[in-house]
Amino acid sequence: MTAIVNDQVDEKKRRWLIVTTSAAGAAAAAGVAGPFLMSWFPSARALAAGAPVEVPIDKLELGQQITVEWRGKPIWVLRRTKEMLDGLEKVDPVLVDPESKASEQPTYVSGRARSIKPEYFICEGVCTHLGCSPTLKKEIGAASDMGADWPGGYYCPCHNSRFDLAARVFKGSPAPANLKIPPHRYQTDAVVVIGEDTKGA
Amino acid sequence: MAVTQQKTPVTGAGPFNGVLTWVDARFPLVRMWKEQLSEYYAPKNFNWWYYFGSLALLCLVIQIVSGIFLTMNYKPSAQEAFASVEYIMRDVPGGWLIRYIHSTGASMFFICIYLHMARGLMYGSYRKPRELIWIFGVMIYLALMGEAFFGYLLPWGQMSYWGAQVIINLFGTVPIIGPDLAIWIRGDYNVSDATLNRFFALHVIALPLVILGLVAAHLTALHEVGSNNPDGVEIYNAIDPKSGKPMDGIPMHPYYTIKDIFGVAVFLLVFSAIVFFSPEMGGYFLEYNNFIPADPLKTPEHIAPVWYFTPYYAMLRAVPPMFGSQFPGVAVMGAATMILFLLPWLDRGKVKSIRYRGPKYRIWFTAFIISFLVLGYLGVEPTTVWGEFGKGLPIVGGDYVALWAARVLTVVYFAFFLLMPWFTRNDKERPEPVRVTG
Repeated sequence: MTAIVNDQVDEKKRRWLIVTTSAAGAAAAAGVAGPFLMSWFPSARALAAGAPVEVPIDKLELGQQITVEWRGKPIWVLRRTKEMLDGLEKVDPVLVDPESKASEQPTYVSGRARSIKPEYFICEGVCTHLGCSPTLKKEIGAASDMGADWPGGYYCPCHNSRFDLAARVFKGSPAPANLKIPPHRYQTDAVVVIGEDTKGA
Repeated sequence: MAVTQQKTPVTGAGPFNGVLTWVDARFPLVRMWKEQLSEYYAPKNFNWWYYFGSLALLCLVIQIVSGIFLTMNYKPSAQEAFASVEYIMRDVPGGWLIRYIHSTGASMFFICIYLHMARGLMYGSYRKPRELIWIFGVMIYLALMGEAFFGYLLPWGQMSYWGAQVIINLFGTVPIIGPDLAIWIRGDYNVSDATLNRFFALHVIALPLVILGLVAAHLTALHEVGSNNPDGVEIYNAIDPKSGKPMDGIPMHPYYTIKDIFGVAVFLLVFSAIVFFSPEMGGYFLEYNNFIPADPLKTPEHIAPVWYFTPYYAMLRAVPPMFGSQFPGVAVMGAATMILFLLPWLDRGKVKSIRYRGPKYRIWFTAFIISFLVLGYLGVEPTTVWGEFGKGLPIVGGDYVALWAARVLTVVYFAFFLLMPWFTRNDKERPEPVRVTG
């Protein structure tokens, strides 16, 4: 048996061993942390619940809005009147992004109306500010409680964001962008599928 | 190791002398008792501000005990959570009391913490050599905010749901990784069962463990360097040559333990009055909208966080979106808490206590306290009081006073910290006494 004598300790080798062992240990710890961190992502069940939903729209009255759930989010389907559509042009100067260039929407919706069929407006009812769900204030003027110059639109009660009837945000709102338009396609004239893109667009 | 070293037998414990001697031979019982209590010398001039440290500790104990009992009947699932809380309130014997103790305890904890922090600010308790005590303290404060936020989702009421929605979306505004980060935190595309379940785990085990560890570190650091006092003068500057003990120090036990027990008695009177007569505290401790089950499709008319978060919430609302993003507001809110960590190095004053500070510091300190309180008030108020953002230009915003007040006060809050190196350096301070007064 050889005695360990202090002055024979190879400090260089010892430091090398400490560094490599620590590095290997840290790498192993990081590897083990991976699955734990990954477990916080949506589970297979949550992903499956994100499947598209079919919405019948033939029973909608003019000016009526229904809210359906897709991926746990409220999706609005608003049947706009001609008056509502005509009003969209007038508010352009007071909008942040009238052309929706900096806002999220599928390529197959464009223009002021932000829809495939101008009459049916389909939109994620989630404020781009901090995720509250705005309220439809479709009356024009004082009847809406929103002031005499209110052109009709959506109002977010959380932080006072205002949007027009194509969910385009008014200047001065805390919301930075227009509301999102979810992917959607018309299965028939009477049924729209939320969560699937229109093909060939 | 050699045989157990010989220790003097324990005396003064009557019939327990024998068993305590046996334990002390195997565990540093007497040493710990002396170091932490009977021979921990604390300044003799503590005033009522010094109650809040021990009261905060009491709050922690109350929250842990009442929380453990709540978990025995609570169900952390989106289907059952709301009903299980109602079940606790109506059907579990004494369940209402345990829940009200827990909900009142949360607010009282923050009251104690805020007063405790104000005390530290006033008397310069964060100054050298107590920087680490302050840093551990700020970490406790942050962990406590997380704990309160996670806990608030659990009743699964409308405020729980939409409050969590808003706060998680704050992370969604982080550039580039934001949206994925928010999904990662929620475990779903929206606040859902998965979110509730993980928040439950964080609330009942993860953060309590972190808080307990930090409290241990906070107290260990405190007992290493000794307590500050209202004069900000070190008691170890005046040592009794005979005993070697500080002349202006008295042992923690029995002197301050007795004093703290008096504080506990008064505190529990107030605490019980709230639990029994006004557990909702007019909507400030328990918000009325939270008595409505969570509805992912309908946002309540007015969302406000519980009172202890409102100063930061007011800052968030005060900052307009910039570069098409809400992130600046979120960054300001984050910076408002993070800046507390820098405090020990921002203060360049020669004296510690506000008693000997000059006029500049006193004015700034008053402005800071006022700004924090008024921001807290503005954060509670509905957005209607805040005026309409839609009027006028985007940056200058609405023409209502509240919004501008919030902006000015946010600037004051930050100016207190960022200008501190200058206004503390050339202040007309009064000379500190050599030994503590009173």
